[in-house]
Amino acid sequence: MEDHELEQRAFLTRATVVFLMAAVLMLGLLARFVDLQMFKHDIYSTRSDENRILVQPLAPDRGLIYDRWGVLLADNRPILSLAMVVERVADLDEAISDLGWSIDISDAEIAEFKRRIERPRRPYEPVALKVNLSDDEVARIRVDGHRWSGVEVVPENLRYYPLASLAVHAVGSVRRIDEDDLASLDAVRYSGTKFIGRFGVEEFYERSLHGKVGHHQVEIDVRGRVVEYLPENKVLPVAGQNLTLHLDSRLQTAAYAALGERRGAIVALDPRSGGILALVSNPGYDPNPFIAGIPQEEYRLLAASPDAPLFNRATRGTYPPGSTFKPIVALAGLSEGVTDWERTIIDTGEFRLPGQSRVYRDWSWTPTNTGGQGVVNLRKAIYRSSNVYFYQLGTRVGVDALGEFAFQFGFGAASALDVESAEGVLPTRTWKKGARGEDWFLGDTVNMSIGQGLMLVTPLQLATSAMVIANRGRWVQPRLLLSSDAVLSGFDTPLPPVRVQGPTEQDWEMLVNSMEDVVHRGNQGFRENGTAWWYIGRDLGYRMAGKSGSAQVVEIAQGEEYDEEELDERQRKHAWFIAFAPADDPRIALSVLVENGGGGSSVAAPVAREVIDAYLLPRFASAPQPAPSASSVARPRSSPMEQPPPVASASGTRLIHGSAPQPAPSASSVARPRSSPMEQPPPVAGASGTRLIHARL
Amino acid sequence: MASDFVRQFPLPGGSRTRLSEVHLDALLCIAVLAVIVLGLVVHHYRDDDTFYGQMLRMSVGLSALVAAAWVQPRQYVSWAPVVYGVSVGLLILVLLIGTTAKGSQRWIDLPGLPQFQPSELTKIAIPLMLAWYFHDRRLPPGLGDMLVALGIIAVPVILIVQQPDLGTGVLVAASGLAVIVLVGVSWRWMAGALALGVAAAPILWMSLHDYQQERIRTLFNPEKDPLGAGWSIIQSTTAIGSGGLLGKGVGEGTQSRLDFLPEGDTDFIIAVIGEETGFVGVLLLVILYLVILARGLRLATLAPNRFGRLLAGGLMLTFFAHVFVNIAMVCGLIPVVGVPLPLVSYGGTSALSILIGCGIVMSIHTHRTGRR
Repeated sequence: MEDHELEQRAFLTRATVVFLMAAVLMLGLLARFVDLQMFKHDIYSTRSDENRILVQPLAPDRGLIYDRWGVLLADNRPILSLAMVVERVADLDEAISDLGWSIDISDAEIAEFKRRIERPRRPYEPVALKVNLSDDEVARIRVDGHRWSGVEVVPENLRYYPLASLAVHAVGSVRRIDEDDLASLDAVRYSGTKFIGRFGVEEFYERSLHGKVGHHQVEIDVRGRVVEYLPENKVLPVAGQNLTLHLDSRLQTAAYAALGERRGAIVALDPRSGGILALVSNPGYDPNPFIAGIPQEEYRLLAASPDAPLFNRATRGTYPPGSTFKPIVALAGLSEGVTDWERTIIDTGEFRLPGQSRVYRDWSWTPTNTGGQGVVNLRKAIYRSSNVYFYQLGTRVGVDALGEFAFQFGFGAASALDVESAEGVLPTRTWKKGARGEDWFLGDTVNMSIGQGLMLVTPLQLATSAMVIANRGRWVQPRLLLSSDAVLSGFDTPLPPVRVQGPTEQDWEMLVNSMEDVVHRGNQGFRENGTAWWYIGRDLGYRMAGKSGSAQVVEIAQGEEYDEEELDERQRKHAWFIAFAPADDPRIALSVLVENGGGGSSVAAPVAREVIDAYLLPRFASAPQPAPSASSVARPRSSPMEQPPPVASASGTRLIHGSAPQPAPSASSVARPRSSPMEQPPPVAGASGTRLIHARL
Repeated sequence: MASDFVRQFPLPGGSRTRLSEVHLDALLCIAVLAVIVLGLVVHHYRDDDTFYGQMLRMSVGLSALVAAAWVQPRQYVSWAPVVYGVSVGLLILVLLIGTTAKGSQRWIDLPGLPQFQPSELTKIAIPLMLAWYFHDRRLPPGLGDMLVALGIIAVPVILIVQQPDLGTGVLVAASGLAVIVLVGVSWRWMAGALALGVAAAPILWMSLHDYQQERIRTLFNPEKDPLGAGWSIIQSTTAIGSGGLLGKGVGEGTQSRLDFLPEGDTDFIIAVIGEETGFVGVLLLVILYLVILARGLRLATLAPNRFGRLLAGGLMLTFFAHVFVNIAMVCGLIPVVGVPLPLVSYGGTSALSILIGCGIVMSIHTHRTGRR
């Protein structure tokens, strides 16, 4: 008993000591918890939030682009794409082959994906594997998706160009932002943006179209998958501004059709506003597949094509203007007082500089026909396109005065407001010295007098010169933008119209008359008809003024005949035609280029007429009745020509750039047949709103 | 007086209550159930499958507790060598035919039986065997008895370390050492053994596997490899710390819900509790564990004989060692070893051995009237 008692007591002591030790140990643990949960709570709270909260940028919707009738030129289409966050995928190849069980992924798509992930990019940015999933594919991924880490179905807005290749060179397109862009772009502003404008309006107005990035917080799990969207601290993105262009999609389409299969360019302007109504470079290409990401092979084919579909001939292509430059030379001569409308010369078909043996020939010269154009005054020199007259005139004016004068028309400069274009070459003595290291020879002036030699122009520049003549000397800055939803900050406002200095009022009218003769003077006998009359003037119902040109591509040896049959197709002359109509009240001025087309009158002039017909004839057709529409607000219009540009704005306030007439609000419906534009002024959504007019006149 | 401390706990022990007729102890039962319920609440908000699975396992475990409490203590005396022998046999079997999980063989998968870890059985077998060995020896034990006792401990521990499962090995050893402490080995010897252990530390370090060394290194510098070895400890301390005083709310723990915290159902569940219920929840749980320990030790002191005292005390200290090692590991105080939190972590074998242990303690206490 005593023993047992003692032992029990000893055990009790031991148990108590052990328990106290245990309690002390537990207190130690609790101290650790106090430290973690109270003293360092803030640190760990932050750490825990850093684990789970990700600030995701919210990409703004890109502004839409409309033509003057409210037809969408650039739209946003919501699509779903399959993307991978490469950082969160353990084994890419395995993941891709796993996915292959659920949806079809082509080898090309895998190759493209591999190429994308090779390039430097933002970390944790989902990289597209398959763009534009079908509903069925989305469903299958959603069913199986939980098995894959780092695989996401991401919604994105894909730019879509309804007119596809028709308007690509005017509107431009967007492309996926790549590593080169990342270095130069504002990282925050573009944090949610996957596309950036390249080319055309999309590039030029990138800042306005882009909009303002927003952001929100998401909760992610350890695999980086978004579990929940957190409503706190959400900042909504601000959509980019919608733009309305002067472009007339119907005219654009007609112009494309007029060129058909031929390589070339057309630029049509509204002489009053300088607005670009059509800007065509043929062949074009469909920008839509580029946006989703076309296989490199296809891109290489496009880029390597001898027809250069990616090249914008209308704004970037430079060509000798040929005889289309003669009206400018004529005006220069009048301004300088070295000729007048009465003076005549005898055009023998040949011209020699004093003391030189080299013969400069008329375009009509052949070894069997050396007669020249006979007695030629300035007017005839224009409608017959007499080279000899202009050889003489040009050398009298001199390169300096000629260059200075021509510069007023926009030659030798990229003068459009919002179109990136080539400057071309308006050769001067100093330019030649700098570029070629040679002195200027009188022979250069002779060539320049007929738009050959060193001079190079873009179709846009020639259209601008046609517009200036149509305006009787008033230069208006060419532009694409008609209006926008709000002020476009950071962009130049259009330059005020400028009057070309030199020619008198009468000179302009006479020039226009001479150019009308090019088209309309017919049945006058041998070497008396306008050069383009036979081709377009015989049945023309309105007055058109024009000038043809055939720009030589290769030097023809002295005394040799230019024989189209013998020349390689690529070495044939470029066919030019500039025109405007109606001659007394011009609504459209344009230039047409058909590359290696041959004669300007025979090839380019019919194209020009087709385009002008497409623009003017519907207006004439609807002219008698002032276009009443059942649903439209009855509003008398003085003339169908005063057709207001449409406004398709959601907001009430709009800014009209330039001198476009103020649009009249109308309540007519949107979808209307395109054939009779005069009847259907596009609707104005914000009709009641204030409209700010930025008129420059 | 230290002994008074233990006595201060309520004592329904003397009077026969209805619970003691079925050989259960009210306070111990309540504390155990409270811990189980707390764990189930956490599981309920995490995952239905583990919740119902845990319910099932706990039901089985509690039935085993009742059964173990029903058994007469003298039965345990007679079973002790058999149980010990069987468990050593199973450990040998594990090394021969065990199922490999996470790189070590710990499980036996016998046809018709649920998978189980024989090492869990040794946590009962060793205290049982030691209590049996010491129950008729002269006390305090002499050197010879001590060596035998250490041998009894060493055989299964070595087998477990071979699996390799160092964590369980240490805990199994602790269950034996607890009995040795309680049997009355002089403090001097224990201090000497401790000093010897410290002196042998470098040798022990050398004998560790690379991954085990890595775990210990990670403990001191988890940021060295935050996405690898340091991941779990960084995430568990983050979970606990972010819980603050009152926690993020049950089921609202982002660290655990979003799977930043690994093993949230099993070994790291205290981090979930710390995150979701804050310091208050952890404190409550720790108090409940101390109540279980205190009550268990109190029942041990009330045991009518040495066998009962040693067995009950050994089992309760084993239980406590699990609690301490698990919590200390999760909050980054000791290296990560695979030890579940008793009665809370999801898992069957561990809960079973612990509840059986509690049952045995109650059996010892409630069958007292037979005496000596």
